[in-house]
Amino acid sequence: MRRGRGSRSFSPLEWIVLPALAALGVTILLAVPLRFWGAHLPEPVAPLVLAFAWPLIRPSVLAPVALLGLGVFLDLFWGGTLGLWPLSLLIVYGLVLFGRSLLAGQDTRMLFFWFAGAVLIAFFVAYWTLRLDLGAGPHFWPVVWQIIPTLVLFPAADWLIRRFDDADVGFR
Amino acid sequence: MAFRDGPFEKLKLPVAWTAAAAVIVALIAAVMLLLGDRREAMAAENYAPTRQAFDTAAAPVGGVLSLPGRWLRGAGSYVGGYFNAVSENRRLKAEIVELEQWRDQARALSNLNARYEALLGVQPEPPVPTVGARVVSDARGPFANARLINAGANKAVRVGNPVVSQDGLVGRVVGTTPIASRVLLVTDVASRIPVMIERTNARALLAGDASNNPRLDFVRGEDVIQEGDRVVTSGDGGGFPRGVPVGVAAKGLDGAWRVKLFSDRNPVDVVKVLLFQDFAQLVSEGELNEAPLAGLNTAPSPSPELAAAVTDAANRRLAQEQAAARQREEAILRARIQEQTRIEAAAQAAAEARARQQATAPAQPGAGTSPAPTQPAAQP
Repeated sequence: MRRGRGSRSFSPLEWIVLPALAALGVTILLAVPLRFWGAHLPEPVAPLVLAFAWPLIRPSVLAPVALLGLGVFLDLFWGGTLGLWPLSLLIVYGLVLFGRSLLAGQDTRMLFFWFAGAVLIAFFVAYWTLRLDLGAGPHFWPVVWQIIPTLVLFPAADWLIRRFDDADVGFR
Repeated sequence: MAFRDGPFEKLKLPVAWTAAAAVIVALIAAVMLLLGDRREAMAAENYAPTRQAFDTAAAPVGGVLSLPGRWLRGAGSYVGGYFNAVSENRRLKAEIVELEQWRDQARALSNLNARYEALLGVQPEPPVPTVGARVVSDARGPFANARLINAGANKAVRVGNPVVSQDGLVGRVVGTTPIASRVLLVTDVASRIPVMIERTNARALLAGDASNNPRLDFVRGEDVIQEGDRVVTSGDGGGFPRGVPVGVAAKGLDGAWRVKLFSDRNPVDVVKVLLFQDFAQLVSEGELNEAPLAGLNTAPSPSPELAAAVTDAANRRLAQEQAAARQREEAILRARIQEQTRIEAAAQAAAEARARQQATAPAQPGAGTSPAPTQPAAQP
């Protein structure tokens, strides 16, 4: 079921720059070394929300560049292999961009399944990239424990799509 | 002239195509970054200036953001301490009684160990200075397990320094800036640490896989590990001092031996950086190749009786060595005389043989001429 169409217009500051800053903020806040009853704070990959939502809102030259920057930030901030998250985010962006005619306008439940698929692809790419780079991959459960909080961020992706999806009907 | 006024005025590309082109260019950039990264090398020169600049900026931000949590924890600890003071006092008194026995044993063993080291001339490991630091940022994902601490090169922290908490080993420094350092946790996928089982001295490699309990690989020997065995650093390779507590061995669900880390017992918000360096870096090559003479500096002064006995023994040993040397020289002299005698006897026998030959020569005519060769010389 597709939603209705509108004719509002938004600047890249609203749908690219501010969400990117919000993703950075979430990442930095959740990296605070706190433990509650022995458990750490969750560590979702917040920019995956943008890698999924941006191509559905509209194709853009700025979005891949922003994702490259966000991925580099994740690698530097978490101290991981440089290039790991840019690759995963951009592959997700490219795949969603490729299938946006199929995905755009789907209802929330369907979008969640597509989002879950995109997250799994991103983690699959990250896993095998690390395995090829270091010769060893992470254990299964830590990967699951990062996938789950990332999936929990789906409402943010849905909200972003709802807010900007109908901004320019020329991209529908 | 504006772009739209030129020959490209009529050129219109679909936005989706330009976005796809941007994705491809960005992907190429990501792959280049990936190929250029050398995180697994863990050397100072591989910690790029980009990472240094980023850590320098991130450390103060993380420090500010972690302040509320630290205050909350401090307040909670204060309140908890107030209400649990009596029970904690009792527990601590019992612990002191138990620890006093261990203290006495430790002192006695330490004294005995120092004597043995002095007697054997063993060069003991120098004391390792430490630097305290706070954790300001924490990465706990499956692809990176690292922490940012607020002590850096300004406090003499160097790449490779081990980092410990109050309970045990946390990781090692993989990058430094003047004010902050990046610590790779023992649970990170790239972490490999030589360890040993304290009970059997069996060596193994502690390999992180992003789980809370890193794996024990390459365990040498059979049946050398039991559940609950303490695992400590072995010091092999010189990267870590020997004997830093790591955890206890446990069998994982996948059948592999794993280690329950001591550092997981309490929150790791304050750590200690051991300013440890490889032994080969501490001393010059000349000093390293010298005989171990540490015992001469550390042994106690001998009593007069012991000194007299040592002198007597040294004199006896010297006299024995001199006597042995004299005997060797006499044996050599005798051998030379015998050799000279043998040579002279041989020369005399040869002279007598020549004289006999000359005396018998006139009785054989033509004996002085060489006979004509009957066979031609062999051709080569």
